[in-house]
Amino acid sequence: MLLSLAPSALPIGIHGIEKRFGSLSILSDLSLDVAAGEFLTLLGPSGSGKTTLLMILAGFVRANAGSIKVGGEEIITMPPHKRNIGMVFQNYALFPHMNVFHNVAFPLKQRRVSAADTRERVEKALDLVRLQGLGERRVDQLSGGQRQRVALARAIVFEPRIVLMDEPLSALDKGLREHMQIELRNLHRRLGMTTVYVTHDQREAITMSDRIAVMNDGRIEQIDRPEALYARPKTKFVAGFIGESNFIPVESRNGSVWYEDRKLRMNDPAPSAGRHLMVVRPEKLWLVADAEQSGINTLPATVGDVIYQGDSFICYATLRDGRQVTLRDYCRSDVLAKLPAPGEPITLGIDAQDVVLVADQ
Amino acid sequence: MSVGSASLDHAGRSDGVLNADALRADARRQALGLLALLSPGLFVVFALIIVPIGWLFWLSLFDETGELSLVNYARFFEQASYIKTFATTFKVAFVVTGACVLFGYPLAYMLSQLPRRAASICLIFVILPFWTSVLVRTYAWLVILQRKGLINNWLIDLGIIGQPLPLANNFAGVVIGMTHIMLPFLVLPLYASMKTIDVDCLCAGMNLGASPAATFRQIFFPLSLPGLASGVVIVFVLGLGFFVTPALMGGGKVIMWAMRMEQATSLYSNWGAGAALGVVLLAVTLALLSLFQRLLGARATGVWSRR
Repeated sequence: MLLSLAPSALPIGIHGIEKRFGSLSILSDLSLDVAAGEFLTLLGPSGSGKTTLLMILAGFVRANAGSIKVGGEEIITMPPHKRNIGMVFQNYALFPHMNVFHNVAFPLKQRRVSAADTRERVEKALDLVRLQGLGERRVDQLSGGQRQRVALARAIVFEPRIVLMDEPLSALDKGLREHMQIELRNLHRRLGMTTVYVTHDQREAITMSDRIAVMNDGRIEQIDRPEALYARPKTKFVAGFIGESNFIPVESRNGSVWYEDRKLRMNDPAPSAGRHLMVVRPEKLWLVADAEQSGINTLPATVGDVIYQGDSFICYATLRDGRQVTLRDYCRSDVLAKLPAPGEPITLGIDAQDVVLVADQ
Repeated sequence: MSVGSASLDHAGRSDGVLNADALRADARRQALGLLALLSPGLFVVFALIIVPIGWLFWLSLFDETGELSLVNYARFFEQASYIKTFATTFKVAFVVTGACVLFGYPLAYMLSQLPRRAASICLIFVILPFWTSVLVRTYAWLVILQRKGLINNWLIDLGIIGQPLPLANNFAGVVIGMTHIMLPFLVLPLYASMKTIDVDCLCAGMNLGASPAATFRQIFFPLSLPGLASGVVIVFVLGLGFFVTPALMGGGKVIMWAMRMEQATSLYSNWGAGAALGVVLLAVTLALLSLFQRLLGARATGVWSRR
């Protein structure tokens, strides 16, 4: 049978993790549950603590406080070599003095797997990452993408309970990276291992993940499915970090939300009274011909510049309060025929269901 | 490089290829220019290495009366004392190298694991003895190790031993003194190669189920071997030609190759005999170096040999 990890995939329960270096707090009271077989991504800018959390999971960094349970078993004080967690390092960390076969066989050798068994399992793992027949190659004879696959094969060959990946694709060029994203996702679907993936690339996170935990300043800002995270960001940081956003200041009073003197139509209930920001994605804005159309919100603006990009165009417009917003749309011929010219007054429309508010901080 | 005087032309193809002659001339000029820049270095190598070695070889071919003969080389096979000296020389170099590995490997390992600041302070202590002359250090060891030296006095005062230990003026004294002097030659290249070992590789080893000891044995140690090999070669080769310490610490009982040379030239004024000793030592050293190279080249996995 093929490497089958699905039955042994285990959930991870991370609770109350604290990590300080001296007086500098890296992680503060961080809790997170990863379901068995889930592909969860820790996404955040550098310094947000995502790699530190991964290192604590792998056992290379000791937390100051907290608990990590894998399938109910506490592992917070367990040494790294007993954790049975596979990891793919950012620079792959392949052993330069061993060939591909011995690199992949290394974890099996530590587990005293018989030679015949080892050969069979290494071959299967190499097949899985499509490196069949390259076992005798030296590591320095491989391309970046091949090294990546060897690192992956080595991390899954011993059927670990959990696989951790620390920005494994960041050293690859763009085309290969996008290809490997799809391949990693398919591999995960086939093998079903619980995976924690670290990246600062929001597009990569959205492409690959079941859920994404957006980290900032040692805390989790929001954890959600990619669609929900993009469509319904809960904080300004999340809205700004994932995708492009226009932030338009609005005010909530008497149970409704106002942009200047206009009452906003929205599906969500109005938030608590006070100032808020409306998050508007460039592709959710559109050019409105009839300003009196019902069910939508309209914002009068002036065109600053229109940039043609082949498949789409970007329109920079200035609202009446002087704030710049960006609109993006595909170049369908009907839209293209009515493209506004710079300086022209226009009306921007946004659907009631697309109105998302976050706290103004 | 500038395109010189050869006539350049778009249309006038002299031999059918556009500007081929001018480009060839330009390449030749550039090669000559580089050779001119290299020539001071080449001259130094020639004057200070090639000529003296050739002279040494030439000298070794004459006997005491100035006649051309191979008597200086025949002596190696005829006199047992020569063979004994030869064996002693290798024995000392071998034992000193072993002692340097024994003390130097843990030291280099510790240095490589220390934080940067602490490591650079400790490195100064490793290098510090370099700034004192070998002679002074050897006499210092004599003071410490001799019959009524520091160590024997302390041990007798503490009642641990009744009779002084034979630490100086013998083989042990030579090995102790030489090990101290040679240690930095092993530690420095070893430390440099240990610093290049990727910490992530060690993390990966543990992550994949190897205990810290197994990670050291299977990953750190093999990756430190290139540095260890170069340190061992340096110490061994330096040991073969060492003079001061065996002359002072050996008490006349440990006769090494270099001391034989000194005897031949200053005691017997037999330059031919001394030169022959030098030629043989040089040949043996080169043979050893190429053997090392062959062995290491074969067992290295390419990453090492191609660096």
